[in-house]
Amino acid sequence: MSGVGRVVRAGGRRRVQSVVMALTTLLAVSASVLAAGLLEASRAPFDRGFAKQQGAHLTAAFDAGAVTAGTVAATATAAGATASAGPFRTVTLRPTTVSGTHVPPGIELPPAALAGRADPGGPVDKLDLTEGRWASAAGEIVWSAGRSPLGVGDKLRFAGVAGSPTLTVVGLARSVGSSAEAWTTPDQLAALAGSGAGYQMLYRFADAGTAAQLTAHRAAVAAAVPDGALTGASSYLTVKRSAERTAATFVPFVVAFGVLGLCMSVLIIGVVVSGSVGAATRRIGILKSVGFTPAQVTRAYIGQAMIPAVVGAALGVVLGNVAAVPVLAEESDAFGTAPLTIAPWVSAVVPVVALVAVAVTAFVPALRAGRLRTVDALAVGRTPAAGRGRAARRVLGRLPLPRPVSLGLANPFSSPSRSATIVAAVALGALGVTFGAGLATSLAGIQDGLNRRNAGAVVAHVFAPPGGPGGPGRIDQPPPADPAQTSGPGRTGGPGGQSGGPGQSGGPGQSGGPGQSGVPRQTSGPGPAPQPGASGQPGTAGQQGQAPPETPAAVAAAVAEVTGAIEAQPGTRRWFTTGQVEIGVSGLTAPVTAFAFDGDATWGTYEVIAGRWFDGPGQILVPTAFLDTTGLRVGDTATLSDAGRTAKVRIVGEVLDLSDDGRVVVTDAATLTALGTQVDPQSVEVHIDLDAGVGAKSYVDKLNAVLEPLGAAADVNVAEISETVVAMDTLAATLTVMLVVVAGMGVLNTLVLDTRERVHDLGIFKALGMSPRQTVTMVLTSVAGTGLLAGAIGVPLGVALHHLVLPAMGRAAGTGIPASYVEVFGPLMVLPLILGGLVIAVAGALLPAGWAAKTRTATALRTE
Amino acid sequence: MSAPRIQNSDMSEPQVPVSAPRIQISDMSEPQVPVPAPLIQISDVSKRYDDGPPALAGLTLRIDAGEAVAVLGASGSGKSTLLNLIAGLDRPTSGSVTVDGVRVDGLGEAASAKYRRARIGMVFQFFNLVDDLTVHDNVLLPAQLAGVPRTEATARAGELLERLGVQRHAKAFPGRLSGGERQRVAVARALMNRPSLLLADEPTGALDTASGREVRDLLTALHRDGQTLVLVTHDVTLAHECATRTVELVDGRLSRDVQHTAGGVR
Repeated sequence: MSGVGRVVRAGGRRRVQSVVMALTTLLAVSASVLAAGLLEASRAPFDRGFAKQQGAHLTAAFDAGAVTAGTVAATATAAGATASAGPFRTVTLRPTTVSGTHVPPGIELPPAALAGRADPGGPVDKLDLTEGRWASAAGEIVWSAGRSPLGVGDKLRFAGVAGSPTLTVVGLARSVGSSAEAWTTPDQLAALAGSGAGYQMLYRFADAGTAAQLTAHRAAVAAAVPDGALTGASSYLTVKRSAERTAATFVPFVVAFGVLGLCMSVLIIGVVVSGSVGAATRRIGILKSVGFTPAQVTRAYIGQAMIPAVVGAALGVVLGNVAAVPVLAEESDAFGTAPLTIAPWVSAVVPVVALVAVAVTAFVPALRAGRLRTVDALAVGRTPAAGRGRAARRVLGRLPLPRPVSLGLANPFSSPSRSATIVAAVALGALGVTFGAGLATSLAGIQDGLNRRNAGAVVAHVFAPPGGPGGPGRIDQPPPADPAQTSGPGRTGGPGGQSGGPGQSGGPGQSGGPGQSGVPRQTSGPGPAPQPGASGQPGTAGQQGQAPPETPAAVAAAVAEVTGAIEAQPGTRRWFTTGQVEIGVSGLTAPVTAFAFDGDATWGTYEVIAGRWFDGPGQILVPTAFLDTTGLRVGDTATLSDAGRTAKVRIVGEVLDLSDDGRVVVTDAATLTALGTQVDPQSVEVHIDLDAGVGAKSYVDKLNAVLEPLGAAADVNVAEISETVVAMDTLAATLTVMLVVVAGMGVLNTLVLDTRERVHDLGIFKALGMSPRQTVTMVLTSVAGTGLLAGAIGVPLGVALHHLVLPAMGRAAGTGIPASYVEVFGPLMVLPLILGGLVIAVAGALLPAGWAAKTRTATALRTE
Repeated sequence: MSAPRIQNSDMSEPQVPVSAPRIQISDMSEPQVPVPAPLIQISDVSKRYDDGPPALAGLTLRIDAGEAVAVLGASGSGKSTLLNLIAGLDRPTSGSVTVDGVRVDGLGEAASAKYRRARIGMVFQFFNLVDDLTVHDNVLLPAQLAGVPRTEATARAGELLERLGVQRHAKAFPGRLSGGERQRVAVARALMNRPSLLLADEPTGALDTASGREVRDLLTALHRDGQTLVLVTHDVTLAHECATRTVELVDGRLSRDVQHTAGGVR
């Protein structure tokens, strides 16, 4: 082994420093791999698919009654599009299953946006035909892959169209830009649409990277057609954001931890190498006196830093990849693709970058070691030059404090640069803890806010599913055709089905969100008889539940009967009902789920981000994603539609709701009445608040005895726990703990160096009678002041980072964050966090303090 | 420069919980008669470091209160080891060390620290003053570690600095003092808690001739004042002038034990 190699190996015997360097590098690399990997993984599938399909940057919808096809076609030139497709005739219809692979016959599916296209190709939005073939004749339709429970061969009847035509699904196709939910031939579309059709035009632009650019293009399109002819336009950025949502939501805070880890890594490694150079000055002198060149000495000290850094980087790559597994699993579910992994280049590049940073950091002190004059190095002892901090010692010595305490408090002033290192390390740790604690508090708040969608201690279902509460039999959503479907029951799922898996676009808190297709409705009329277990199936012996009445009046009577029973039930404090139905909103190709409230719901409202709760009909609240998609704002007017009927409503508030990609409208029941729309009877729920002291379980038991004869059922409302939030909490907690451990190790390392340098003074103190406890006290108090100072610095920085990252996470998730969930740092939280700096510092100092206490006095006194 | 004359003082305020007979720096004109009780009893003590030869090999030694014992010997003879064992800084491999009624060899770290605080004053060859503390603060240190109230400790420190002739340097840092002055400060610090035993390890070893003489005179005066003294030295003159008894170690064994009056063999 070469001489340099031996020196490098000797560095490995400095176990504490080596462990600290390895850990800091591990933290930095694992967090960076995770962040970069998630970023890459979240973008790759959409970007690849979008490029391959020449996806539409802008999808515009026009009122066919207000503009001609020729004018629509001309908008491409007017808006400066580089490519365009269309105009395609469009119509939104609600089909009913006649025969289905996964769905029983007679199920009314949510409204679907149909487009008439002769083929799946073209200059824009080249559809991937994933199964079957393209529709080429009347009676054929192609359904969107991964977005419905339909399969090839399924038959659908369009009861709302003259002649109630039945179409056969001949293929499944995927549009990355989600241009429509189904396609048929132009002729068939015209037959289905009648006079109520619209036009769809798809555009690609040279400059479409930002929302502002797309807004400008939208304006250009709008200007090219008569006023009101452009009924809506969807940006690909919205689809992209939705597709990337889950992983992208993780990115801001993981990036934050990655940056913190890298800062910590550079800091600690710089300190460790500087410290080892300072502590081994005589050794360097000896090495040079026996013939080491400056370059060899420099290489030796860089090598001492690189060995543990390489180990830490390798472990960090593994840890980063492992930590990414659960997050990317959700992402792959969303795309319906094979499980995603961290891109290989990320696992290769990140550790290289980190190691280069380590090498550069170590280079400066190593170069200093190489340049030390041999004679000077040999002459210099290990004891630091005296003189610094004397004034502080004198002042503190006058304070009425035990001497070990005043000696300890004065210690940082003797070595300001080293103390600054401790402050920086602990401040980074305190910053991480503050950020992590704030994140956890905010996420918990957001989870609570999301759970407010389902208010009340008890929820009663007016038309209970067969099998009773939580039992099987009710189909809120047809079984998914592929893994891209939601993995859990929808929001309207039966009791006990509240906490299903994350939905397709599960951002933070989205758990068990409604499926893509919303709520199918059971219909009457001709067609095959419903299959056992299907929605609306009359209850069989031993089962609860009833088929909903067929007329609005009968539904209302049934609801009144149930709510009357609830009102009369002892323990009931207050209640209101909700119901839901799929309706259309101008400007959106897909339907939205309208949640209608009836009764005084002021105690059980959604979390309002901006604006206010509705106070009458004609007012709606919508999620952030709705506003982003439609370009509307609170205060604007929107047009709701159902079965050709329209109603203008005012958006009075923005609510926290991550379900269904924001295709949600919250309103008063009277708003739907004005639209002539009835909520799905099976979705009607009664949200019940109980008197103080009333137990939910016993209340439910008693209430169910009353409701059972009415075909209704109640259950205790169980709060949802989002797997995404749990994953975020776990990841943030892991990264926070790692950061704190490394901060503590930084303190430990610095104090080890300090203790070594001051071992002679320590020997004097002990010879004069300083007890082990006093020694420990002295060492611990030597970091107490710096710990408090670091806490005071780190906590505000952590708060600032939290305020920066949380809204970014919200944007990634497609929602605004209510201010109350951002401003989570009250005095009761901040004070312990500041003391957290002290705890980190003291924890890091415990081992060196113990070592100092155990140092043999005679040995210490001999050390010069 | 002659050693400062140590004056009578009020020693009626013992602050340190010392159980042994307290020997005070008092009237130099009335030397107290040494109490013939064993202040130090070393019984068959051996000390071995790692696999090397024993630093001490079956040493037995008794030192009474009021004695001034000089331990002579060549380098590696075990002198400093003996001093460390008496001070509780180290433990024997075998045998027992009893000082002032306390089995020092069995003390834990904390008890050993309290023992030193209460009973031992130490003077080192290289002074071992804390460079970042003033002379006054250095002298105060043992009392502060023992929890002596500040006003009393300050008064005691001032008194000692005055007696030892270094009061004018009270606010100075040790680095600015001469070797002799530093050693006097070290002696003042060693006496701060009124120890029953003063241990000195080559107290003149790092001093020039004049400073060495100052320290010799100081130690002589202390002994005359009744202070029990054990000093380890190569300096035969120091041993003869300060000590009433000289023991010599060779390879960790007692080779000579001579009683004499300070200034000459008895």
